[in-house]
Amino acid sequence: MKNPTRQLQHADPAGVLTGTHFLDGDHACCEGALAAGARFAAGYPITPSTEVVERFALRIPKVGGTFIQMEDELAASITLLGAVWGGAKAFTVTSGPGFSLMMEHIGYAAMTETPCVFVNVQRGGPSTGLPTLPAQGDMMQARWGSHGDYEMIALCPNSPQECFDLTIHAFNLSERFRTPVMFMMDECVGHMTEKVVIPPADQIGIYPRRHAVRPPGEHLNFEPDEDLVPAMAHAGEGYRFHVTGLTHDERGYPAMNPETQDRLVRRLVNKIRMAAEELVQVEEEGIEGADVVVVSYGITSRVAQKAIELAREKGLKVGKLRLLTVWPFPAAKIRALARGIRAFVVPELNMGQIVNEVERAAGGAARTYGVPHAGGTVHRPEAILNVIEEAAR
Amino acid sequence: MSTLEVLPQEVTNPVEPFLRTERIPHIWCPGCGIGTTVNSFARALLETRMDLDKVVVVSGIGCTGRVAGYVELDSFHTTHGRAIPFATGLKLANPSLTVVVYSGDGDLSAIGGNHLIHAARRNIDIKVICVNNFIYAMTGGQSGPTTPLTATTSTSPYGAYEPSFNLPQLADAAGAVYVARWTAFHVRQMTRSMSEVLKKKGFCFIETLSPCPTLYERRNKLGEGLDTMRHYKEKSKVRNGAPTSEVALGMRDDIIVGKFVDRERPDYSELLHHQMITQLGDKYVEAPACSCG
Amino acid sequence: MAKGRVAIVAERCKGCGFCVEFCPTKVLALSSTYNSKGYHPPEIIALDKCSGCDLCGMYCPDFAIYGWKVTDEKPNKAVAAR
Ligand SMILES: Cc1ncc(C[n+]2csc(CCOP(=O)(O)OP(=O)(O)O)c2C)c(N)n1
Ligand code: SF4
Ligand code: SF4
Ligand code: SF4
Ligand SMILES: [Mg+2]
Repeated sequence: MKNPTRQLQHADPAGVLTGTHFLDGDHACCEGALAAGARFAAGYPITPSTEVVERFALRIPKVGGTFIQMEDELAASITLLGAVWGGAKAFTVTSGPGFSLMMEHIGYAAMTETPCVFVNVQRGGPSTGLPTLPAQGDMMQARWGSHGDYEMIALCPNSPQECFDLTIHAFNLSERFRTPVMFMMDECVGHMTEKVVIPPADQIGIYPRRHAVRPPGEHLNFEPDEDLVPAMAHAGEGYRFHVTGLTHDERGYPAMNPETQDRLVRRLVNKIRMAAEELVQVEEEGIEGADVVVVSYGITSRVAQKAIELAREKGLKVGKLRLLTVWPFPAAKIRALARGIRAFVVPELNMGQIVNEVERAAGGAARTYGVPHAGGTVHRPEAILNVIEEAAR
Repeated sequence: MSTLEVLPQEVTNPVEPFLRTERIPHIWCPGCGIGTTVNSFARALLETRMDLDKVVVVSGIGCTGRVAGYVELDSFHTTHGRAIPFATGLKLANPSLTVVVYSGDGDLSAIGGNHLIHAARRNIDIKVICVNNFIYAMTGGQSGPTTPLTATTSTSPYGAYEPSFNLPQLADAAGAVYVARWTAFHVRQMTRSMSEVLKKKGFCFIETLSPCPTLYERRNKLGEGLDTMRHYKEKSKVRNGAPTSEVALGMRDDIIVGKFVDRERPDYSELLHHQMITQLGDKYVEAPACSCG
Repeated sequence: MAKGRVAIVAERCKGCGFCVEFCPTKVLALSSTYNSKGYHPPEIIALDKCSGCDLCGMYCPDFAIYGWKVTDEKPNKAVAAR
């Protein structure tokens, strides 16, 4: 990731379990967080996410840091924000019902520009739904779940290796943009065990905290740099700053008027929108000359892969676009592709969420077909294949 | 007004250095007691000679929740009910901080009640100052868990009939190591208690009763803030060490005030440290003060 | 002979009367003048009785008044600050 103000640093070796391991996605995510420098986690148990913090609880006393199991997710989701302002890199981990309880603090983190990572190992919903079975039904909640206007960053891994790699990336993005990042796993990816290669610490790039460079008296916690992201001081360093979820000025003081609201909300949104090109990550394959492009993310991308292969065997020209970054949505990418293809096919483990984004971005230049699924298991490749065939006609 | 005279240079209001004077006048109504409690807090900071760079105030949401915005310290105005868990994260990430939670009765004991009892149980080293005006003031005077029986509020127009919390008893039962109650009338005692908790390790809880003339007193025809201060003066009985089961508040009953609990109990960090050393010996790596790079 | 003095920042005052009520020696009274916010700040009616105890200062919710002890024996004039 290009870094306008700061060089990536090497990871702190204390947290890096260099070597080749067989890990499930939850454990790999924990190792990614440790490698990224997370030394604080607050959580509340919920299937299928708990393994992440269970491993953290086991590992952190030997690395140096804190795990605290809070009384609920309302608490967990703000305890971590307190820890960040105390100087730590911090995250929390949850699933459906817990994610719902965390929404207010995702907004608080966005408003107060608190860098942190929320991991959601998605399960079937609504409500208690399917605690042990997969879904991707929280994608819109990740984007819009807290009230008010803000921009969101959300990443979707599709393997334990990516749970490791992208967790580090999630922390880096949160620090780079001083914003909460949603790490959107699913039960399948969380519980699948595969080889995970953890490189040496000096081969892992870490985006350091955008810490105040000017001394107390000259630094303002909400005065943006050129890229619209401000640097932050931590509590206890003599800056004597104020932080509030109220609409605030550059000092962090409440200023409840339409002008300040406009300036603040536009900046919060634009600091991420402006950089969308730079931060969007997708994986594409066989796009050139394709009639149909299958857009997928997370576990569904692995089933989609199979469907794409079946379709190609039938002579269809099918490309693959996998979203590693789901938010901000890679709209420019979709728009560009739409001009050269007939249709998009969007399988996902929900009744139609990201498909609407694809359709919107395509703007009528290509047709868009969803392959909805209520969750509980993954698609049958044939179900996706059928829609690819329909789309190719 | 009397004749204007140039003040001697060395004389300034002793609380000024602790306040964001550029934000004063504050939003609190005439006769509101919240400002008086902040005045006591500032004096406690003065008395204890705390390193002000290391004292942090964390508030929830409410009239009292605005305290964080007026103190010249690192300060956090968080979300409704969640000041305690925020403070918990802050304290654990940087143990060198003195973390004070300053918030209202509704914030701390209704929406945040779960966090209150769990932080007390864990004995997290934070100091909670709870301004109890018997009401949700910020939102217009609704009833809450501290509203006394029969009191009229905007959501108990025929009088409150739910039993209320006895906050000192709640904090005591949950494990707080220091529990006191004062009123806005007891400025010296309140200051002393605040000074004591600033120096005491573990979860400390001070309840301070405060007039809300605009909403609570007016609806209950109890007069101005000053009338309530007189009422506090008249009805308060100091009973240090009183069993907290005996200090429940009624609508116009005697008000038992005092320092009820002051005991020693290992705090969260000591317990954690002890357990890890026992289990892991020299493999245990203590959390660094700051790990952000 | 006054052992103390008291200063009032009239513009900060909201006229609650706490200082007047709880001054142990009744040095203060609410004045009939208004500040720019329309409140009646206190005035000094018996300066010679002021001990400089600063109880008025401790009670003030608006940080608008404070007392201090003086060592010189000269009789003091009332002070209104800023
Ligand atoms: C989640 C949420 N629910 C409700 C509110 C509205 N609200 C703001 S302050 C408040 C009550 C505050 O009462 P208390 O803590 O007693 O403080 P006071 O205003 O009396 O000092 C409420 C209900 C909110 N801000 N957030
Ligand atoms: S509404 Fe009540 S509590 Fe709020 S500032 Fe006014 S008097 Fe104080
Ligand atoms: S300093 Fe003491 S004696 Fe003097 S006016 Fe204030 S309260 Fe009264
Ligand atoms: S206590 Fe303060 S606000 Fe109240 S009347 Fe006296 S000076 Fe004014
Ligand atoms: Mg209240």
